[in-house]
Amino acid sequence: MNRARESSVPPRSAEQGGTPDMDAAPGAASGTAPFLAQSRTASPPILLQSVSKAYRRGAQVVPVLTSVNMAVAPGEFLALMGPSGSGKSTLLNLIAGIDRVDAGSIHVGETDITTLDDADLARWRSRSVGFIFQFYNLIPVLNALENVELPLLLTPLSGRERRERARTALAMVGLSDRMDHYPGQLSGGQQQRTAIARALVADPDILVADEPTGDLDRVSAGEILDLMSGLNRTMGKTIIMVTHDPRAAERAGRVLLLEKGELADAHA
Amino acid sequence: MLTLRFVLRNLARHPLRNALTVLGIAISIMAFGLLRTTVEAWYVGVSASAANRLVARNAISLVFPLPIAYAGKIRAVEGVTHLSWGNWFGAYYVDEKNFFANFTVDMRSYLDLYPEYVIPDDQKAALLRDRKGMAVGQRLARRFGWKPGDTVPLKGTIYPGDWNVVVRAIYTGRYPNTDETQAFFHWEYLNERMKVEQPARADRVGFYMIGVDRAENAARVAGDIDARFRNSLAETLTETEQAFQMGFISMSEAIIMAIRLVSGIVIVIIMAVAANTMAMSARERMGEFATLKALGFGGGYVALLVTGEAMALSLLGGAAGCALSVPVAWVIAHVLGDYFPVFLLSGETLALQGAAAAVVGLVAGAVPAWRARRVRIADVLGR
Ligand SMILES: Nc1ncnc2c1ncn2[C@@H]1O[C@H](COP(=O)(O)OP(=O)(O)O)[C@@H](O)[C@H]1O
Ligand SMILES: [Mg+2]
Repeated sequence: MNRARESSVPPRSAEQGGTPDMDAAPGAASGTAPFLAQSRTASPPILLQSVSKAYRRGAQVVPVLTSVNMAVAPGEFLALMGPSGSGKSTLLNLIAGIDRVDAGSIHVGETDITTLDDADLARWRSRSVGFIFQFYNLIPVLNALENVELPLLLTPLSGRERRERARTALAMVGLSDRMDHYPGQLSGGQQQRTAIARALVADPDILVADEPTGDLDRVSAGEILDLMSGLNRTMGKTIIMVTHDPRAAERAGRVLLLEKGELADAHA
Repeated sequence: MLTLRFVLRNLARHPLRNALTVLGIAISIMAFGLLRTTVEAWYVGVSASAANRLVARNAISLVFPLPIAYAGKIRAVEGVTHLSWGNWFGAYYVDEKNFFANFTVDMRSYLDLYPEYVIPDDQKAALLRDRKGMAVGQRLARRFGWKPGDTVPLKGTIYPGDWNVVVRAIYTGRYPNTDETQAFFHWEYLNERMKVEQPARADRVGFYMIGVDRAENAARVAGDIDARFRNSLAETLTETEQAFQMGFISMSEAIIMAIRLVSGIVIVIIMAVAANTMAMSARERMGEFATLKALGFGGGYVALLVTGEAMALSLLGGAAGCALSVPVAWVIAHVLGDYFPVFLLSGETLALQGAAAAVVGLVAGAVPAWRARRVRIADVLGR
């Protein structure tokens, strides 16, 4: 049926361009962030088998994904493209464990996340997945540091440790000087970087990003993409990014096209 | 602590809306407390009753008297330690509008039976010495500007004529709920004049007040007294002072019920208002709740945020309402003192106000919290 085939888009090499934000942050790659360094080799592979998903609209059943097969290698930077309404977000949500399949399985490492109950799935998400949304989805009443600290409430860390880690994560995205700013006081790019720090802070293996640059100007979008590919290269984070911006897709190691609920080669 | 900050800052997100809700809760909680205090004020005679005091009256009706000759027989009943008697006098001062509670009593025994009426020794001696002497509560004295030694011309209604009595003692209440708006003078004085003016009404009392050795014996003693006068010309009905006071209140039971009902309705209304505020607040933030859930927070945490906010809102309002009640109750006590001998915000009422605020918070937060708990991430977050 549908099989994901690798696109011929060449992966961006590490030497190209570099990552200004990462470089700007002191001790970004490792050094001061030992808690973020350990995941370099640990990312599990992701395997989707015959995944189907349909939505009900009134009496009508609208199939969105039909028997999708797909594999994501550890440490891969994957872009998902396709026309609006083709099911990109749906697919991403299934992989990230915030939506449920109708049929099929999704293995992340040893775990088939489709078999987890809601509580276990939530626990799995908090440990394994970092979310980057198009509209950042920061909590407006919490400042940048508090927003980044938030996911760590789910860990046994002490308040002091939580704040320490949140500071480190914010430093990694180059926002050390904006920690006490509220989302409303930050530019779109800065908000998205805060969101990336929040996605990183619990040190997940997988980052999912749904149109992370969709709401940003070109310069800010470039910075965000630099940051993401830096995380992918230096920390080995597996990244799955939905986008319809070709410039964003260019940064990915592989591009998959989703059309009418089926995956295809990006250059078909 | 981050969670607490989160909850509290959410309150600041819509300062006007939340301030108005808090104000509404504060006023409702205050109204609830004041209405309850009004009911309590009604019951002050009941609550001020002593458990070891009985009242014997004519079994047919309070308006029929009992012979004074019963005194000896009542005193002989086992368990009776004190005996006093009196009449409702029902006179007014200068103008019929100047109503106040006044009666005649057998003074010495009455004061023994009512230690809560505190009178300085010299005044007490003067009161007992003067057969036209009268004791008045200090609030009543203040109302009419009476001082010891003043002659007060009372206009009799039940006992027609002019009754020139002399203020000899001003009593203060031993307890906060002691009625300080009453006046009483010597039954002997009334009886002497009756012997002359209306002999048929002489040697009659409206009620006997009976002190019992132990409260547990009250029911038995009451039964013994009534048994003693069964089949006599004037049968007695003896009940505890509390039951006797209750009998007066039952006449205005409908009004009290209405007040109780209104105080309940006030709380229900404010529940609806607070629930509406919380529903709006939660609806605006469904995206936020979905985000939190995506990050791995459970439905319980999200529900806690909503409930916490509702509780913070209502407890804030509740605290303000309680704080407002105290001065307002004080003002009412002073302005409406003629109608309410005692208008006192009780500790129990304050506790109930706090509880009502907490219930308002829980109820107001319940439905929004439940909705937030059940929010489905994929339905809400950007597609
Ligand atoms: N929660 C939902 N309820 C009903 N229909 C939905 C829901 N989410 C997505 N859809 C439908 O599924 C299809 C794919 O949506 P989506 O995955 O968001 O597409 P994309 O992200 O590629 O634009 C669309 O037709 C959309 O209307
Ligand atoms: Mg989408």
